Amino acid sequence: MAGIPHDHYEPKSNGEKWLHKRLPIVGLLYDTIMIPTPKNLNWMWIWGIVLTFCLALQIITGIVLVMHYTPHVDLAFASVEHIMRNVNGGAMLRYLHMNGASLFFVAVYAHIFRGLYYGSYKAPREITWIIGMLIYLMMMGTAFMGYVLPWGQMSFWGATVITGLFGAIPFVGESLQTWLLGGPAVDNATLNRFFSLHYLLPFVIAGLVAVHIWAFHTTGNNNPTGVEVRRTSKADAEKDTVPFWPYFVIKDLFALAVILLVFFAIVGFMPNYLGHPDNYIEANPLATPAHIVPEWYFLPFYAILRAFTADVWVVIIAETLTGGIIDAKFFGVLAMFGSIAVMALAPWLDTSSVRSGRYRPMFKWWFWLLVIDFFVLMWLGAMPAEEPYATFSLIASAYWFAYFLVILPLLGVIEKPLPQPETIEADFDAHYPPKDDAKGATAATPAE
Amino acid sequence: MIKKLTLSALTALTFTAGGAFAAGGAGHVEDFQFSFEGPFGTYDQMQLQRGLKVYTEVCSSCHGLKYVPLRALEGDGGVGWSEAQVRAYAEQTFEIYDEELEDFRPARPVDHFPANTGAGAPDLSLMAKARAGFHGPYGLGLNQLFKGMGGAEYIASLLTGYTGEEKEEAGTILYENKAFPGGWISMAPPLYGEDVDFDDGHSNDLHHEAEDLAAFLMWAAEPKLTARKEAGFIGVLFLAVLSVLLYLTNKRIWAPIKRKDTA
Repeated sequence: MAGIPHDHYEPKSNGEKWLHKRLPIVGLLYDTIMIPTPKNLNWMWIWGIVLTFCLALQIITGIVLVMHYTPHVDLAFASVEHIMRNVNGGAMLRYLHMNGASLFFVAVYAHIFRGLYYGSYKAPREITWIIGMLIYLMMMGTAFMGYVLPWGQMSFWGATVITGLFGAIPFVGESLQTWLLGGPAVDNATLNRFFSLHYLLPFVIAGLVAVHIWAFHTTGNNNPTGVEVRRTSKADAEKDTVPFWPYFVIKDLFALAVILLVFFAIVGFMPNYLGHPDNYIEANPLATPAHIVPEWYFLPFYAILRAFTADVWVVIIAETLTGGIIDAKFFGVLAMFGSIAVMALAPWLDTSSVRSGRYRPMFKWWFWLLVIDFFVLMWLGAMPAEEPYATFSLIASAYWFAYFLVILPLLGVIEKPLPQPETIEADFDAHYPPKDDAKGATAATPAE
Repeated sequence: MIKKLTLSALTALTFTAGGAFAAGGAGHVEDFQFSFEGPFGTYDQMQLQRGLKVYTEVCSSCHGLKYVPLRALEGDGGVGWSEAQVRAYAEQTFEIYDEELEDFRPARPVDHFPANTGAGAPDLSLMAKARAGFHGPYGLGLNQLFKGMGGAEYIASLLTGYTGEEKEEAGTILYENKAFPGGWISMAPPLYGEDVDFDDGHSNDLHHEAEDLAAFLMWAAEPKLTARKEAGFIGVLFLAVLSVLLYLTNKRIWAPIKRKDTA
């Protein structure tokens, strides 16, 4: 692997040499697991492992659940109850899968906001960022379709509302919606294709994850200082880094164990906390629930979707300029997808030459406001579409766009960044001062 | 920084309850004390048997329980009957339409409680999970950890919440109920107190009947509650030990890098 200079795998025995000539797979695994990793990574760099674990957990529990699930409108709800009551360990499996989705999104949001704060999206890591955004989009698609499968009231009505968004697209919307649903409304055809895609997409995600890892193993990890690892020589690189194994594997596993402790407490003691009671009522196309609320991880974007109503001036202007082609509904859809698109474009919208938010005094404030904005949007997404929530939603949505489209480009010009450390080693030494020169020199040697 | 982000991640979890509890309406749900609340709560076997009796003698005339297999009445963690008791109960209580016989026959333990749609009444199999009684604190719903979802409380509150007022609307008689969202329900008060005689001599006033039935319906909705909590507890315990071991390993491995003395 190109990038930071480090020791590579050398086959020793004849057997190893034989295999290496034909398939250098051990070398690939060695390079991947022994990659030089900045030694100053903090606890926000643990989410990647958590996410990998989540993907594995969801695929494994999912594969077993599929063995007992029936994708048919008349049987799906009953088959989930069959899993909950008759399948050995079925209730636990299903609750793990159900709450596993939430853990997945907690981790992905922490991972994304870490990237936004430390400028992990900036050159040369734009590809990693873009692949990450694709993974996030796929995750949302997978989670949405998975939520439809139990065929409860919220499954059905959630599917109806969300697929209805495609109907808002001018000219082709209605045909597109019919094509997606496999009919005029959410029905058996919809359930079957969602089931098929819900099984397929996680494997696409797994492939994208491999590319995501490949990309950042080529550029090297970002780190809290945003200063790059020295690549002038292996000796220099070793002053800034430690191998991923065992240092970060053990650290990440410790973090994962603590997070799973909380996760198991939720699965064991309050597994329906994150769900909606209405989804324990079988889907009924004739009875609309009082409030249709998406899962918590969609709420911020759901709030943006609903924020742009017909009486908002930007919507009125858009509608007038396009001769009614962009109406309020389509504007909302554009805003929702746009809110993710602007995030994906962050590498090109951020003009600052400084990578890490740690050395950007003004950026910090705007960043934390964005984090607060995200939670406010999440809260608003769960509230009914009425005043004062509508106005709040509009303000919060506007800030989301302003952060990426106005604040990030401007800050790079007007902000005066703080001095950054020369090297990662200097930053690390500031935290863990060398005891004396002799000991400091040996510090980079592995522990065992 | 780290602390702040970790906190944000945790609040992400708690905020969801906003979603979970946005629906529901304004009925008043009383907080009953059930044995199955909290991380260590389990079902009270005698209470479930009393609740089953209330269901059998009163509710089952209109409401089905179609997802619950009769054999689930047998064994630990629930109603706790013997196989013979279940068999006798099934045969004496329910008739099942058998498609092979093309006729009705007495129910067997392998059958489910029958569905009952005759009166247009909803099935009760999952009712205790399909209603949420609690929203607090601050709409976060975190008290679920100690009180449960509140579905059983909702059911008990509904059954004890009739005020005695009636009105007629579009040909249907509606009954005023403090727990029901909207305040008027089409179900006539099913329990008045002393509707059922309990074999264990337990009080059969309205409050206790409602409470016992609600507990039984919670069991019907979540029969694997005890096993789930045990698994959760073992998981938490195991992960706590594992976390400590990994913490110490991590500390030891990093000590030379961080120039700390190792003991």
